[in-house]
Amino acid sequence: MQQFPCPFCGLRNETEFHFAFEAGHPRPEPAKDVSDAEWAKYLYLHKAPKGKSSEIWLHLTCHEYFILHRDTVTREVLSCDVLPGAEA
Amino acid sequence: MQHYSAFSLARHALSHHKNWQSAWRKADPKPRYDAVIIGGGGHGLSTAYYLAKNHGMKRVAVLERGWIGGGNTGRNTTAVRSNYFYPESVALYDLSLRLYEGLSKELNYNIMLSQRGMLIAAHTPIQMEICNRIANAMQLNGVDGRLMTAAEAEEKAPLVNKSKGARYKCMGGIWQDRAGTARHDAVAWGYARAASAMGIDIIENCEVTEVFTSSGAVAGVETTRGKIQTERLGVAAAGATPGLVQMVGGDLPIHNYDLQAFVSEPVKPCLDTVLLYLGTGTYVSQSDKGELVIGGGLDRVPTHGQKGNLPTQETVISGLLEMFPAFAQLKLLRQWAGVVDVVPDSSPVIGPVGPEGMFVNCGWGTGGFKAIPAGGYLLAHLLATGEHHDISRPFDLNRFAQGRLIDEAAGSGIAH
Ligand SMILES: Cc1cc2nc3c(=O)[nH]c(=O)nc-3n(C[C@H](O)[C@H](O)[C@H](O)COP(=O)(O)OP(=O)(O)OC[C@H]3O[C@@H](n4cnc5c(N)ncnc54)[C@H](O)[C@@H]3O)c2cc1C
Ligand SMILES: [Zn+2]
Repeated sequence: MQQFPCPFCGLRNETEFHFAFEAGHPRPEPAKDVSDAEWAKYLYLHKAPKGKSSEIWLHLTCHEYFILHRDTVTREVLSCDVLPGAEA
Repeated sequence: MQHYSAFSLARHALSHHKNWQSAWRKADPKPRYDAVIIGGGGHGLSTAYYLAKNHGMKRVAVLERGWIGGGNTGRNTTAVRSNYFYPESVALYDLSLRLYEGLSKELNYNIMLSQRGMLIAAHTPIQMEICNRIANAMQLNGVDGRLMTAAEAEEKAPLVNKSKGARYKCMGGIWQDRAGTARHDAVAWGYARAASAMGIDIIENCEVTEVFTSSGAVAGVETTRGKIQTERLGVAAAGATPGLVQMVGGDLPIHNYDLQAFVSEPVKPCLDTVLLYLGTGTYVSQSDKGELVIGGGLDRVPTHGQKGNLPTQETVISGLLEMFPAFAQLKLLRQWAGVVDVVPDSSPVIGPVGPEGMFVNCGWGTGGFKAIPAGGYLLAHLLATGEHHDISRPFDLNRFAQGRLIDEAAGSGIAH
């Protein structure tokens, strides 16, 4: 079993975590000016990067979202960060 | 092409089977083709075959970075069926199953289609209600699905856990008679052989590293074996498709995950159907050699590495043992994983992307082996005519902006 770091709880088993989405995907605003294509892009389109990847994960046990930097080929965890504006 | 028959087998026996032709030509890339297909998996190879057969296009190359069938096509657990929920899906998957039914003869290559039926088993009254709903949908869609009782299910899978305390006691489920398995390598090799015989170049060890465009249209590709010009480009590269589409500035609704499979030591015949348990997510069938072929749900960590993680192995195997306690005595011989291209509505993406002349056939996720004949048939139609076939149109990428998802994960609740 691999262990992932939560910025709040430290190293925990991978089964406690849930991948949410790729990082760097800001919600387009204001809603009334957003086209269907932009909204679909925000909701559905991804990069699925091969190699280094920054992702938003949820630690299911403490319910905090955070950023996990990983390598999608080797599965190595590079580091983790709190979300912008949050404090660990 | 050498014709395969009992007679040719006997004739070659006289020369100790030393004079068989190789099944397909090892082609070297030419500078220019009428169409180029990226990916020598089942979908890429069947695309090439139907381009030649249905549309008379033969100046075509299939470019494969490794060896043909070395991707998900050669790693899958080979369940084929067409009992989906939505009419669009049934049109697609049943076209595929019908093509599979005639394929051994058509290709003169035994793909070992074994229509032993498939049971999707339920263990609670609520799941039985869902099964009932799906069986109704199947019948409305005109496929041979029906509800199966617990007694009948026990007859199909006699070793299934019937003990009093069983956590997942089988209550019956959905049955499709025409479902079953086929030999995965044979599907890839059979299409490759037939396409090659019609003049198509199948080029292995040839990775596409760049896609060229010129005034908004495809102009060619750069590969590890040189530059190739073409104005029509089909991409059937499973989990590598997003990276290829990003080369021309497009994105796809795809995340890559590992899907694992397991094979046990061979035993005498004990399971004459494909069985999937809704409750555990584990499914199992028995190969002709007697091995149990076991699969389950996705690993939950996005990856491009073809190597499964341990917690999922535990989930899949513990699911198997709940269903069949007797299998606890078996040893696992092999375990492996493939990188599957998962779309949020669990339906494929087929259609144009980016520059003019470029089309994709991807997003098959955990269930595209059964779709190989149809996927190739439809991508060939797009490449040859530039237009959708009626069956592929609903699967266009534009369904996401239009909010017209074909949500088979929610509709039929089945991964494979
Ligand atoms: C463990 C497992 C079990 C499965 N079980 C089932 C099942 O029971 N039933 C079912 O229907 N489906 C199943 N599937 C899904 C099925 O295997 C796939 O959906 C299907 O094989 C996809 O075929 P493909 O031709 O699109 O992809 P692939 O067979 O993966 O072919 C894509 C090819 O593209 C090549 N490629 C990638 N990038 C490049 C490049 N840049 N240049 C050149 N070539 C490139 C790759 O090397 C690869 O050979 C399973 C999958 C797995 C992993
Ligand atoms: Zn935490």
